[in-house]
Amino acid sequence: MSEKSTEGRPLKWVGTRPVRPDGVEKVTGRARYGADFARPDMLWGHVLRSPHAHARIRRIDVRRALELDGVKAIVTGDDLPEIASEQAFVGEEPTDYRMLSQNVLARGKVGYVGHAVAAVAATTSAVAEEALRLIEVDYEILPHVLDVLSATADDAPLVHDDLCDRKGVKKNPSNIANEIEMGHGDPEAAFTNADVVVDRSFTTQAVHQGYIEPHACLAEAGPDGQVTIWCSSQGQFMVRGYTAKLLGLDLAQVRVVPAEIGGGFGGKTTVYLEPLAVALSQRSGRPVKMVMSREEVFRATGPASATRIRVKIGATKEGQFLAGEAWLDYEAGAFPGSSVAAGSMTIFAPYAFEHARSHGRDILVNKPKSAAYRAPGAPMAAFAVESVVDDLARQLEIDPIDLRLQNAAREGVQSSFGPRYKRIGFVETLQAAQEHPHYDAPLQPNQGRGVAAGMWFNAGLQSSAAVMVNADGSVSVISGNPDIGGSRASLAMMAAEEFGIEYEKVGVRIGDTASVGYNDVTGGSRVTLATGKMVVEASQEVISQLCERAAKVWDVDVKRVHWADGKAKVLDDEAIEPLGLAEIATGAARTGGPIQAIASGSVRGVGMSFGVHLCDVEVDPETGKVDVIRYTAFQDAGRAIHPSYVEGQIQGGAAQGIGWALNEEYVFDDSGRLENSGFLDYRMPVASDLPMIDAVIIEVPNPDHPYGVRGVGEAPIVPPIPAVVNALRAATGVCFSDLPVSPPRVLEALDAVS
Amino acid sequence: MSKRHVTTTIDGEGREFLCEDWQTLLDVLRDVLMKTGTKEGCGTGDCGACSVLLDGRLVCSCLMLAAEAEGRVIETVEGMAEGDRLHPLQQHFLQEAALQCGICTPGFLVAARALLAQNPDPSEREVRFWLAGNLCRCTGYDKIVRAVLAAAAEMRGAEA
Repeated sequence: MSEKSTEGRPLKWVGTRPVRPDGVEKVTGRARYGADFARPDMLWGHVLRSPHAHARIRRIDVRRALELDGVKAIVTGDDLPEIASEQAFVGEEPTDYRMLSQNVLARGKVGYVGHAVAAVAATTSAVAEEALRLIEVDYEILPHVLDVLSATADDAPLVHDDLCDRKGVKKNPSNIANEIEMGHGDPEAAFTNADVVVDRSFTTQAVHQGYIEPHACLAEAGPDGQVTIWCSSQGQFMVRGYTAKLLGLDLAQVRVVPAEIGGGFGGKTTVYLEPLAVALSQRSGRPVKMVMSREEVFRATGPASATRIRVKIGATKEGQFLAGEAWLDYEAGAFPGSSVAAGSMTIFAPYAFEHARSHGRDILVNKPKSAAYRAPGAPMAAFAVESVVDDLARQLEIDPIDLRLQNAAREGVQSSFGPRYKRIGFVETLQAAQEHPHYDAPLQPNQGRGVAAGMWFNAGLQSSAAVMVNADGSVSVISGNPDIGGSRASLAMMAAEEFGIEYEKVGVRIGDTASVGYNDVTGGSRVTLATGKMVVEASQEVISQLCERAAKVWDVDVKRVHWADGKAKVLDDEAIEPLGLAEIATGAARTGGPIQAIASGSVRGVGMSFGVHLCDVEVDPETGKVDVIRYTAFQDAGRAIHPSYVEGQIQGGAAQGIGWALNEEYVFDDSGRLENSGFLDYRMPVASDLPMIDAVIIEVPNPDHPYGVRGVGEAPIVPPIPAVVNALRAATGVCFSDLPVSPPRVLEALDAVS
Repeated sequence: MSKRHVTTTIDGEGREFLCEDWQTLLDVLRDVLMKTGTKEGCGTGDCGACSVLLDGRLVCSCLMLAAEAEGRVIETVEGMAEGDRLHPLQQHFLQEAALQCGICTPGFLVAARALLAQNPDPSEREVRFWLAGNLCRCTGYDKIVRAVLAAAAEMRGAEA
């Protein structure tokens, strides 16, 4: 039994490491992911994609394709309804339904190489692919823009000529889809009082979330208008909502059954295939399965934005930060909606600034529409600001953790994005890093150590959960959030803790859209936090029902009954034998029927997460290759329900960040064609690239959660890029401002110095 | 165009199937035999999610034609457990929380099994290099490497 407690209560499960409920099916191959579903008489769907970065579609001729034996349906942009401009919010990045519809299937114009132009359903995958070659598209090629600088030039070709602002009012023609500004004070004036000012600019390239499971779905539209979709996504309700909206269907007619999801990292918080599969099924009268190739995933699904960021910080010679100002340009891709708002909000968030301001611009380019990627927008901002903080520490000759501690955000501090901080654990996390043996371990020649910090808000959003007591005393929990990294375990543990029963007596299932109340996506590090809170609330409601049932059996006042260790007990009469869950459940028919409860709500009080990472690198001066040789990541998790999965989130986020820093980038040729659309050339870290990643969990409980949980999934990808780059600077003396710091770039910099 | 008839052994069972000449073993496993435990992550041999053993040798089933399975012995993740008794690798993947989303797990288990068959006592470095053909995007590999080392130790202990 754990020594830890919530409100003085000893905890039996929270903080332990049981095997996850869905574990056995995942190690035996029985778990069913998006591409693992089939229906009798099923067709296969494939998508024709644009070969051009920017072109007008003059005409699409599908006649020859339709004549091919086995082709059952084809859809083009003309077949989907026109959708009015309307902001949707179910994920972490803004989405306009009109733009989403155009991204799912081009109307009139294509905006990037890989943009969907038509979809075909045929009796076999091979026939569907053959049919794509028979579709004739007459394109008028238009000039394109591929980066922020050319997109914002005076004579830049326009990616859209009919952009509207959020209120639906037409904007002046420009590739700047949105501009935001936030902060407080007067940084410009405050810089003049600073003893030292660092002002630097940085660039990062587009990177992909890199989930190993390509997008996949199976859709079946019945003649009665009812639609069922089996697919992997970060939210079955998101898929239902978006698909219904794009096809003009009633939500009640669409049921989405969540498959296991093979990684998402934000990239599966939107739809690509599902509306096409449904449209093809409607036209063919048969189920349609669609699975993207890896190349399609790279070309047509959302990378994280490429960015240009300038950061300026002024400080006193004692190390107090006086003012910060930042300018952030993020590539949205061919449709508005990058993560620049979150980048602008997080960039100064870890520190207490009297004067802080950030200016963000969402910029259209002829590249795939960007999508959320784990702490969307924050890693690039952290790269910039934490590099500048590293510069300040060097110039002021102050220990980099001391400098951060001196300026760290803490309870009551005015954040740069608006609210005052509640209880946060940034100071404790910095102290843990400073006291860790890693921080002053000796280094060898060509090695260097970097430190960097980062924060993520975490999201509450809307959640529902249902809790039922079964006749044998076991408990069923239904969650509406796809489980990507062990959330079924954490939900089961919290329910077992509430009921005071064995973990194995709790079964957790992920419900389809017809079997549980609405849930926003699995995103924002919110499931254990927010859906977990709903599971706790529903469990507590069930427990009060159990007490009422016991009171009925005993014919005592319910106020005399309390629940402990899985049993109802009469407080003031020990002679009355306690009633266990099974006993009450077995007799439920006589005391009022089935025992169950639903909890739902918009969850607030998310508790922000802060991380501090220490990274040691070794540079090979002959080749420019950089090896990460030691890595320790510290993070305030509030309370780790299942520490193994918290560590796993920290380790996985660190590995993704290391890849982003050292190797990963979208490489486009001049025509806008992605040159590295496979895992061979888009180089994600493999096992031999990495050391063990030590994850150190700090627990400063979130006062707004029954178990003190803070979200943990996203914060760990925020510090790694600057941790790696600061380590590289320590090893080489060279400041790197452009990602990735791949061997050619490192070698070039080393040659320039020597 | 008639299909090709193939006779093979998959996870200890004699199996026959019909396939097109151009179909990969992965296509047939997943779409013809409905053995979907073996996953497709890339179709180009870069991610290792489709790893199977072919006469004991580790291969990417997406890079092998189904017709080449004639007379061969194929082992997938679905044959690793004996009834409800998990293979030590499967057990340690669960205990060490070596999976998050789990899509890469079948490939890692099959690849690790092949490693331990030829090297029962691998170093951390040997595990990392052997598994470099399998991509995992969730875990950062830390817990996967630990699970393989723990399973290897248990399997050595069982034999000693």
